[in-house]
Amino acid sequence: MSKNAKFFDELNGHGSDPRPPYRDYNAWFKSEDLQRLRKKSSEAEMFFRRTGITFNVYGEAEADERLIPFDIVPRIISSREWSRLKRGIDQRVRAINAFLHDIYHRQEIIRAGRIPVELIANNVAFLPQMIGVQPPGGVYTHIVGTDLVRTGEDEFFVLEDNARTPSGVSYMLENRETMLQMFPELFSKISVQSVQDYPTRLSRSLSACAPPACTGKPVVAVLTPGIHNSAYFEHSFLADNMGAELVEGSDLRVVDGRIAMRTTQGYKAIDVLYRRVDDDFLDPLNFRPDSVLGVPGIMDVYRAGGITIANAPGTGIADDKAIYSYMPDIVEFYTGEKAILKNVPTWRCSEPDSLAYVLDHLSEVVVKEVHGSGGYGMLVGPAASKKEIAAFREKLTAKPGNYIAQPTLALSTVPILTKAGLAPRHVDLRPFVLVSPKGIDLTPGGLTRVALKEGSLVVNSSQGGGTKDTWVLEE
Amino acid sequence: MLGKTAGGLTWMFRYLERCETMSRLIETGFRNALTRPTTAADEWAAVLDAAGVRTAYLERHQSFEQSAVVDFLLRDCNNPSSVMSCIEHARNNARLVRTALSREVWEVTNDCWMTLKGALGHKVRDRDLPAVLSIIRQQNALVRGATHGTMLRNDIFNFCRIGTFMERADATARILDVKYYVLLPSISHIGSALDNVQWENILRSVGAHSSYRWLNGPDISALGIAEFLILDHRMPRSLSFCIDKVASNLRYLEKEYATRNPSQEKVEAMVTLLADAKIDEIFDEGLHEFILDVLADISELSAMIETDYRFYE
Repeated sequence: MSKNAKFFDELNGHGSDPRPPYRDYNAWFKSEDLQRLRKKSSEAEMFFRRTGITFNVYGEAEADERLIPFDIVPRIISSREWSRLKRGIDQRVRAINAFLHDIYHRQEIIRAGRIPVELIANNVAFLPQMIGVQPPGGVYTHIVGTDLVRTGEDEFFVLEDNARTPSGVSYMLENRETMLQMFPELFSKISVQSVQDYPTRLSRSLSACAPPACTGKPVVAVLTPGIHNSAYFEHSFLADNMGAELVEGSDLRVVDGRIAMRTTQGYKAIDVLYRRVDDDFLDPLNFRPDSVLGVPGIMDVYRAGGITIANAPGTGIADDKAIYSYMPDIVEFYTGEKAILKNVPTWRCSEPDSLAYVLDHLSEVVVKEVHGSGGYGMLVGPAASKKEIAAFREKLTAKPGNYIAQPTLALSTVPILTKAGLAPRHVDLRPFVLVSPKGIDLTPGGLTRVALKEGSLVVNSSQGGGTKDTWVLEE
Repeated sequence: MLGKTAGGLTWMFRYLERCETMSRLIETGFRNALTRPTTAADEWAAVLDAAGVRTAYLERHQSFEQSAVVDFLLRDCNNPSSVMSCIEHARNNARLVRTALSREVWEVTNDCWMTLKGALGHKVRDRDLPAVLSIIRQQNALVRGATHGTMLRNDIFNFCRIGTFMERADATARILDVKYYVLLPSISHIGSALDNVQWENILRSVGAHSSYRWLNGPDISALGIAEFLILDHRMPRSLSFCIDKVASNLRYLEKEYATRNPSQEKVEAMVTLLADAKIDEIFDEGLHEFILDVLADISELSAMIETDYRFYE
């Protein structure tokens, strides 16, 4: 079906016969009536709207709630492919935690000359307040959402590590829920590994990181910026499914050296705070003084072992795109093994040779801000107009250290359902990884984001992306 | 349970109840305008009074013209108690306390919001008004049904109910406050045709015209109406009924939390007052004064509940 042999299609590979993981699904699809499937597709939209799985788009005048479009064709991964990804993710996440511990303690990796000291010293994502702090259980990144892209049968690349506060896991769960409701017959034909116990796993994993001050069963709470945050649905969804309280900064204060929430019966201590608030806003006494989203003094309680903050403050340094370019070295340095998952080759524009190359090839590469996220502030060379490239060239020349560049990857495609039937669209994948002293836990599945516009490589929901259910098959 | 959540639940159900009250008030005004067009403007003014938004209305309009009043009560975002504002507030509170609600209650509240947003997207024409008013009440009934059918009977449920009955007691007391004069003996001794219509309007605005007849036959009397709305335990919008409900919800919390709060003392005093009251004594001592006292008690109780259960910082 894929007419464009330039891209690897996960249904057909480079040929025209379905690849093994898709065979059963393809047979089912062929026996289905297109009209019925299209009707199912609009049912799905209604389902999402009723459930309230919406997001708010920043910067839009009327903060209207929008749906992320959902496509009913699943993205399918074989168990063999998954186990390889699992090993790679496991290794990478272990390395990231070791790296974070190191740079906030002895900084061996800098002493060893494997990464330059400026990368840390001048980095706004590096929190001096975290130097020498021992997070409970030694865990920095309790939840990681590793962004992966695929370019061939065995070619997977890590695009971003998302060690800070990855979002999207509620879509992994609700997409599956929707598929189960719409196509129960499919799941009886094809054995798909379950994702539904993610909230239980999350709750267990967080509880296993309780701080020294915790006595008895750990009390977990989710900290949200509030109902106007774009990911509020997810925050309430996770709290609800974990049986945890959903708190805002205004519900919390320091009481007897603990972080406590205001309940109908007085203040009650929290042991583990799964925060969905950025570092900057976490503590007006220690970070941004104008923040009303955080808790004054929480960093002092944290340093004294009174609470676990997940993810730990300061983990954002691992998301820095300049740090990213060193990730293969980082993995090797801390695990003593070659990295299983590939990094996308990255030009650091802070380096004159690289900058020169990037400036010469702006129409071919993707340029990203080192601290950027969400697809904002980036240039996709092949899709950009001359005017956009010229404008970006100025920004880049003015502050080269603020940017990195990568080749435009030939992202794999998975079909979506269009009016005319199946049509290939580019996708990425965000599996969700839980880290606790007991180990690393990866839920078999994840969030597949899909660029709904033909030919587009941008999968971000804020820029016309949709989602799919992600199936990892049983062996 | 978070204090904020208790507050959110209470307000969610207050706003849902207010939404329903508004629809009943509009229905009464509309029916009056159809059957007694000469008194329409006065009745619309009374409706605005009972809704507590007359001042806000007069900031934007000069006369009590039907289409303007109806639009203000149904759709105007500048009116914090319009049906659309109420459902927005109810849903925002529901989002805030999402984790305390069953999935069904959340979904049906969200549905209610979507449906009313559609139904109230444009100015409602007279001919569509009865249908729209009935949608509002149906949607409310769905939320109430899901709440009863799917929520645990714990502190969460009790805070929801406190919101419903505080709001309902307040609404009934306000309607009486606005209309007490038509119940006063000087007029009601005779029971003219005009009185009958006025009295019927009172009963309609609490959705009780047929239940009153069912209990009392065709003879409407001022004393009978006042007794029905203030003291009758069978009437789900009477002051006595609502305050008893709030008391039983607070008693549950007292037991559950093993703490007796000032709000419990207060509500028990209100229960006793209503239980001991006789309707002729209320008239002897002044109906209006009695109602004003009840309104003050309700607002004091509301503030005490907020403090006792730490709704706010």
